[in-house]
Amino acid sequence: MSVAAKTERALIEPERTIWRPQIGQRQRQGKIWSAGFFVATLSAVLLLALLLGVLFIRGWDWLSWTLITEMPSRAAERSGLNSAIWGTVWVVSGAAIFSFFVGVGAAIYLEEYAARNWMTTFLKTNIANLAGVPSVVYGLLGLALFVEILNAGRTVLAGALTMGLLILPIIILASQESLRAVPLGLRQAAFGMGATRWQVVRAHILPAAMPGILTGTILAVSRAIGETAPLIVVGAAAYFPYRPDGLFSQYTAMPVQIYQWTGRPQEEFRDLAAAAIIILLVLLLSMNAIAIVIRQRLSSRKRW
Amino acid sequence: MARELGGNWSGHDPTKIDLTGKRNRRLSEQLIRFVLMACAGLSIVTTVGIVLILLFEALRFFAEVPIWDFLTGTEWTALFSEKQFGVLPLVAGTLMITAIAMVVALPLGLMCAIYLSEYASERTRSMLKPTLELLAGVPTIVYGYFALTFITPQILKRIVPEVDPLNSLAAGIAVGILVLPLVASLSEDALRAVPLSLREAAYGLGGTKREVALQIVVPAAFSGVMASFILATSRAVGETMVVAIANGGRPNLTWDAREGMQTMTAYIVAVFSGDVVYGSIEYLSLFAVGLLLFVITLTMNFISQWISARFREEYQ
Repeated sequence: MSVAAKTERALIEPERTIWRPQIGQRQRQGKIWSAGFFVATLSAVLLLALLLGVLFIRGWDWLSWTLITEMPSRAAERSGLNSAIWGTVWVVSGAAIFSFFVGVGAAIYLEEYAARNWMTTFLKTNIANLAGVPSVVYGLLGLALFVEILNAGRTVLAGALTMGLLILPIIILASQESLRAVPLGLRQAAFGMGATRWQVVRAHILPAAMPGILTGTILAVSRAIGETAPLIVVGAAAYFPYRPDGLFSQYTAMPVQIYQWTGRPQEEFRDLAAAAIIILLVLLLSMNAIAIVIRQRLSSRKRW
Repeated sequence: MARELGGNWSGHDPTKIDLTGKRNRRLSEQLIRFVLMACAGLSIVTTVGIVLILLFEALRFFAEVPIWDFLTGTEWTALFSEKQFGVLPLVAGTLMITAIAMVVALPLGLMCAIYLSEYASERTRSMLKPTLELLAGVPTIVYGYFALTFITPQILKRIVPEVDPLNSLAAGIAVGILVLPLVASLSEDALRAVPLSLREAAYGLGGTKREVALQIVVPAAFSGVMASFILATSRAVGETMVVAIANGGRPNLTWDAREGMQTMTAYIVAVFSGDVVYGSIEYLSLFAVGLLLFVITLTMNFISQWISARFREEYQ
């Protein structure tokens, strides 16, 4: 019977109303669902705890200064991350310097300079899509472009440029958002005083947007520290027991070293990998903490 | 007298005072504008670079292996001496991982989002949100390690004893955990964007909390939730390290999630465990697989953007 017909019958015979609130049953159902939602959320938190727990149980005994000060070796007890840490420092700082300036420049152009036309829309869509390209595809770009065509070889430079392109869209998007949050009044006031566009940007908008830009950059850099696949593709060495000594040096990186140790059949290397992951996570967590502190320090001063 | 006062101006026409400061300010303004534009243009160059390089090298590959054989072949033995380049086993591996990951991530992620947006108090939310962000910030290689050394031996071995040491199930679950925070946080944003008045109206009609959440708020945020689902799927398709570690290096066309399968991404990494000679057929095959991967993820990202634009409910 259709709803309309039911309603009509209910009007003729009020005792046969379709009004069935069943409030008790619905409330009970609601309780079950809300418990379900809570459990789902809790399970995500517990998964994080489980992940950390597993790593600490396996890696705790292997955490030592040797891990930081020694080079990788055939024996697990004497193996360390030293060359990998230096490789990561080289590659990631190269990538960060490159993509910070280019990324902030691109964001300033898009937010402060570009006219609202199809070209700008196209640029923005393009950047959003670049952020969604799998990291291993960036590796292929770096392999063909930097390693082979520009002949940089399997060097820090090729790794840094590849990683820089990978985090560039993240930095642009974060900087754009931060620039957009600067109130229009600030721009209008500065223009009213006769400042040129660049003077407005440099003296007023950039300082106001800096906390957000820095936070976004740090998050992008911590993404770069954890990225493994593109570095394997552009030729980070699986075994490289030396510090890189320049942009044209070979290198290895922390996640690549962890991948290599995880892939070994011996259990002790897997435990060693767990310890190395702990170090990696501590590094990433402290970077995130720094990002939060910067955001709070610098934003507590601004009032609008 | 007046002329004497204006003596300092001698030789200048007072109506032509330049108030714009240094003359070259205009020039440097133009220069800066150009540099900034070049920065933004680099993103276009990157895209064009990716597309051109993938296309160019893939075309060189297709000159040796017919594209039809590549797309329909069921044998992938690129790293053996007897080479076959049928990409279907790799595509099947990717589909298997993605399907398992989505079974884990989509329901859990949406439930997390509903809890955070509709149920959690502001205090609980302010504690749970950063935890999810933390989960999202863990490098993917860690999830691979987790799948290999914990999910398979400690959990799956007890439930399905005949599971292989390297298998799709563990890798898929790990990828699911990996994209869960993405689904949760993007969906939560969409749910929170639904205006309060809609909820109040539903409560006013006698709806319970569950009914308001599931029958009013989630449908109203449909476009955002779907967009987050598709974005998560695209992330799972492109995920590399988890499958490279936990899902075996053998292309394997099967329906059995207990066995190991190689995905497209894992193949790319696997090639680099040996020596790759520039211009060799293995080298070129990387780009053919990469092109396929790029096309799949790009299509999904476009669909995601299209859905969020097409089905967006605008509220005032």
